[in-house]
Amino acid sequence: MPFVRLISLCLFLLFLSGCFSYSGKDTAVEILNVSYDPTREFYREYNAWFEKKAFERTGKHVRILQSHGASGKQARFVIDGLEAHVVTLALAYDIDAIAQKSGSLSKDWQTRLPFASAPYTSTIVFLVRKGNPRNIQDWNDLIKPGVQVITPSPMTSGGARWNYLAAWGYAWLISLEKRGVILSAITEDERRQADEDAFSFVSALFRNVPVLDSGARAATTTFARRGIGDALVTWENEALLAMKSLPGKALEIITPSISILTEPVVAKVDEVTARRQTDALAQSYLEMLYSPEGQAMAARHHFRPRHMEFVNAEDKNQFPDLHLFTLEELFTDWQTAHKNHFSETGSFNKIYQSLYSLENQ
Amino acid sequence: MIRQIKQKHFLPGFGIGLGFTLSYLSLLVLIPLSILAVKSLSLDWTVYRSLLIDPRTYAAIKLTFLSSLVAAGINLVFGFIVAWTLVRLPFPGSRLIDALIDLPFALPTAVSGIALTSLYVRTGLLGRYLEPYGVQAAFAPLGVIIALTFIGLPFVVRTLQPALQDIDKEYEEAAISLGASPFRVFASVIFPSIRPAMLTGFSLAFARALGEYGSVVFISGNMPMKTEIVSLLIVGKMERFDYEGATALAAITLLASFLILLAINLTQWHYSRKVQQTG
Repeated sequence: MPFVRLISLCLFLLFLSGCFSYSGKDTAVEILNVSYDPTREFYREYNAWFEKKAFERTGKHVRILQSHGASGKQARFVIDGLEAHVVTLALAYDIDAIAQKSGSLSKDWQTRLPFASAPYTSTIVFLVRKGNPRNIQDWNDLIKPGVQVITPSPMTSGGARWNYLAAWGYAWLISLEKRGVILSAITEDERRQADEDAFSFVSALFRNVPVLDSGARAATTTFARRGIGDALVTWENEALLAMKSLPGKALEIITPSISILTEPVVAKVDEVTARRQTDALAQSYLEMLYSPEGQAMAARHHFRPRHMEFVNAEDKNQFPDLHLFTLEELFTDWQTAHKNHFSETGSFNKIYQSLYSLENQ
Repeated sequence: MIRQIKQKHFLPGFGIGLGFTLSYLSLLVLIPLSILAVKSLSLDWTVYRSLLIDPRTYAAIKLTFLSSLVAAGINLVFGFIVAWTLVRLPFPGSRLIDALIDLPFALPTAVSGIALTSLYVRTGLLGRYLEPYGVQAAFAPLGVIIALTFIGLPFVVRTLQPALQDIDKEYEEAAISLGASPFRVFASVIFPSIRPAMLTGFSLAFARALGEYGSVVFISGNMPMKTEIVSLLIVGKMERFDYEGATALAAITLLASFLILLAINLTQWHYSRKVQQTG
């Protein structure tokens, strides 16, 4: 009977697919840290240190497995079932998405660790060519006619959303300063005026952007290897790393007068750690990031630590002083920032629609 | 009914063959696609409406379909010349060239994308010769077409080669001895017999280009309204956890490409029926 054969064949194929589910046997306790790209070097050192530390304290072997990729993509893997014990991503929006879409950690995850669950930080700076031929010193030099600016697209890159908000925040605060308005006593009208000023500033900035790469690493390649553009807008830790790995590549770091405090966040995925009985271990893995050793290590890998007192003078010198504002000060939270700037009706889309209609008039 | 069909087949193994084909296709193609269909049908209509009125989405769809069509067209013309040369005019080393044709298949698309970008940027090996003429290849629609042409070439060449090999030279000789011009020989003898293969090659290259991501995102520059392709918009939506928008856009693209491929196949079916009737 053909039908019987057909059905038995389907059953057989189902059986085959079942055979591929694996079963792991290992004596070491494993923790998977799902992280984003630029933390690769930092976590390599931190994981080795933590494995040793955990063995000394408990006598058990601990192995930290590490995964890197674009922040948003990594978050989606976790939502789709990748068993991360901890996630260490570029922006709180991505971990919020995990909490909302999969429910595997509670929505108040940012309150469970100090500093809103961000043990190390960075900021947004510029890389320019040696000698700074265009004399770029601050954000307003980037909107001069003829200057070419390289930044990845905030629509595809989580890291680039910080770039965008940094530029917006600079223009916003300058607008307040010019009109003598104080942030703590701002009225609705003044806020709207500042929004308009920021919109035209960021529009002018993106008029100078010749290419929007899909991720931070691709943008760095465009700027450093292909020699396109006069300034690359990038995270400070990435800029410092690029300077170290491309010596003699003829680049300089320019720190603007005002920028955003970028806060990469960490969180424990409760649903996984409870099931795998690694809750305490994962918790201490994250807590140790705030320890003197963890903070010093973050600084060594070019992240601005929360506790500068644990950092030696040489590492301290890589971080010049500047006015750092936080996302919460200017944009309330990620959900609001996302809705106002990166959704279909957000400012980024509006900028490109107005630039396009200007060109076609 | 299966019994009836079965009686027409004298070769053994019809039952198991049909069973295998159906299960295999279900697992590989039908189930994933039907999930997309189910998900996209369960979406709110407003998701589609907001996409359809969004100028940025419209610009991306237009660019994707137009550049895919142009790239498939270029491949059809030049792919034919390449296939003709390889089949009819073998030269020392033509086997090597033949093997090279498959490289765009084998290369990870991101690798070819990065390589093409390096070549065509302002400072690149080829880009620097284009710049004096005011031609911008990388970070312009032209770059998208270049990348899509690159990945589509093997589809046309590989479908045309066997068709060209099958042509009986005697027909051409007969046509020439009857006084037909070389163009007439091509138009009335060669072209009709390879037309189905040309349509297949064209539609394969076109379909492949519509869904391409890796090789395009590096060379296109991803400028909203200008050089964004649909798959980049889909990836961007996923990156911002807008699953609904991504599904809807995927469904729109899928429907549009299905309609175009159906039209191409109907043309082919129409011609082959005509050939059967007259021949």
